[in-house]
Amino acid sequence: MNGWSFIRLHAILIYLFMFLPVGVVVLLSFNDSQFGSFPMTGVSLRWFVELWNNDAIVRAFKVSFLLGGLTAMISTTIGVLASLALVRYEFPGKQFMSTLLIAPILVPEVVLAVALLLFLRFLNVPKSFPLLLLGHVIFTMPFVVLVVQARLVGITRNVEEAALSLGASPIQTFFTITLPLLAPAIFAGALFAFTISFDDITGTLFWKPGGVETVPTQIFAMLRNSISPEINALGTVMIVLTVGLPLFGAALARTISSRRGA
Amino acid sequence: MTTPAVELVDIVKRFGAITALQPMSLTLPEGSFVTLLGPSGCGKTTTLRMVAGLLDPSAGEIRIKGKRVNETPIHKRNLGLVFQNYALFPHKTVYDNVAFGLRYRDIERSQIKKLVNEALDLVQLPSLGDRYPKQLSGGQQQRIALARAIVIKPDVLLLDEPLSALDANLREDMRVELKRIQHQLGITTLFVTHDQSEALAMSDTIVVMSAGNVEQVGAPEEVYNTPSSEFVARFLGASNIIESRTLSVDGEHAMVEARDFGNVPVPIERVRNAITGRESKLVIRAEFLTLNKTDKTPADGVLSVNGQVETVDYQGQAVRYFVRVGDRQLQAINMIDGHPFAEGETVSIHVRPRDCALLPGAIT
Ligand SMILES: Nc1ncnc2c1ncn2[C@@H]1O[C@H](COP(=O)(O)OP(=O)(O)OP(=O)(O)O)[C@@H](O)[C@H]1O
Ligand SMILES: [Mg+2]
Repeated sequence: MNGWSFIRLHAILIYLFMFLPVGVVVLLSFNDSQFGSFPMTGVSLRWFVELWNNDAIVRAFKVSFLLGGLTAMISTTIGVLASLALVRYEFPGKQFMSTLLIAPILVPEVVLAVALLLFLRFLNVPKSFPLLLLGHVIFTMPFVVLVVQARLVGITRNVEEAALSLGASPIQTFFTITLPLLAPAIFAGALFAFTISFDDITGTLFWKPGGVETVPTQIFAMLRNSISPEINALGTVMIVLTVGLPLFGAALARTISSRRGA
Repeated sequence: MTTPAVELVDIVKRFGAITALQPMSLTLPEGSFVTLLGPSGCGKTTTLRMVAGLLDPSAGEIRIKGKRVNETPIHKRNLGLVFQNYALFPHKTVYDNVAFGLRYRDIERSQIKKLVNEALDLVQLPSLGDRYPKQLSGGQQQRIALARAIVIKPDVLLLDEPLSALDANLREDMRVELKRIQHQLGITTLFVTHDQSEALAMSDTIVVMSAGNVEQVGAPEEVYNTPSSEFVARFLGASNIIESRTLSVDGEHAMVEARDFGNVPVPIERVRNAITGRESKLVIRAEFLTLNKTDKTPADGVLSVNGQVETVDYQGQAVRYFVRVGDRQLQAINMIDGHPFAEGETVSIHVRPRDCALLPGAIT
């Protein structure tokens, strides 16, 4: 056996190790049996139907979509403005601000979660949905800032200066030139924020008020009772959403830029 | 007298502790083509950006059409700006790029279309309206950038090294093209370059700058033939600068005693501040030193000195020689007439006194 085939075998094993469990979940979600495990007794969509009829799960989906959507909106808006300030303007403490914005990625999520919780306790503020949202905004924003900043650095200042010289006011220049050029990055940042929020469990467990469940915390709660095949179906739906959305986004971005002859 | 298109009155620019531009005054008459020429970092871009309104002067006044504009933001100054990197809007078609400025002016749709097409015709790219900038060559992109800048009929056109990103052949074509368009439209132009041949070929007036100072302002022939300082003499073209002493000055000549060359009567119109008895510098352009066989006697009034060829730099239609004379090297650029001289050959260098210029002071 030569070196190359050894490496190839190795790679295959690693991929199997990573994706086989996911594949098994997807496969089992179509299993007709009432136990969420092998052997397969037939192919059916009954667990997806169950899922649809399970009020708790539907409610959790609604919460997750709302939370993810709002997180994406707020994170992106603030993140874009922050990136503009960091890339386009000089101000004292800029380096520090920049590091501070990225810090939530570097701090372990549990630490961040506990810190925020203790802080709220200290302020005597009860847990609530807006606070959960705030938590999600804090740890999704660095991704938006990183993506948007990278793109902004690539847009030369001269393009904006040309627009200004032609009579567009700074605001008009922002909306006709900067924003459209930034759009792919903003879009990617928003998708990041959404999927990260949608997937998150650690922070959410700490911050969510009683009685509110997101899809991941719902799955977590269900797992404590039993391993129902419904969970496999739920897992499949989650995979489709969190993998499908970015792929869809990337495809969309490519179509747009190819139309511009990029 | 008509109001000049642009006036800079004692403008200064400081960035923190460093002064990028010493007090500078400059007038651009209506329709003129003025070039800021100087080495990297001398403050050309800084000056241009202050006229554009992209930088605020630390002191002094900028006037466009006689009106002070220091407080006018760039988008209200009615300027055309062209950059080295084209800076076209990548997400807009060529047509929309050119039409951009017109949309912020009170102009009807049908009129916009007509003006854009005229501008595209002017830069000789009438059929590219539907393309995106990335689908164009560098030269085409720069023409579109020019069309975009001139279509709004700006009070002044500001060009920051617009040809520097193009390759040599294209650059020469564009140079002619740009000059043609500028002339045709009679548009006042401030052009920035560090390329002396560009400056000499295109300008009505050249402003030679060095380290934030204006060294000389004048027509191309003037700065070339009568440099006001050693810096200008060395920066424009290849010059030989020779120590000399002024012996006498009369209405026609300044007689100087130059090292190796002996007594040289320099025509008075090419002499700056000659003072009898003081040190001076004789400036001789490399093109005006001609190499000859040692047996050739110089014509009447022509000076000659012997030297030894050290380096031969063949350039096609011309040759550049470095010739050792005494303990120093002189530079000569001669058209080729028969065989070029060989390295090591002893030659007689001839120069006509009327091709010399004289600067005051000792060599720095
Ligand atoms: N924003 C700034 N902050 C500090 N110094 C600056 C700034 N912009 C320019 N300078 C300095 O001012 C001087 C003039 O710069 P400028 O860009 O005008 O040079 P230039 O003549 O255009 O040179 P080049 O041919 O390289 O473009 C330089 O020494 C430069 O370092
Ligand atoms: Mg410059």
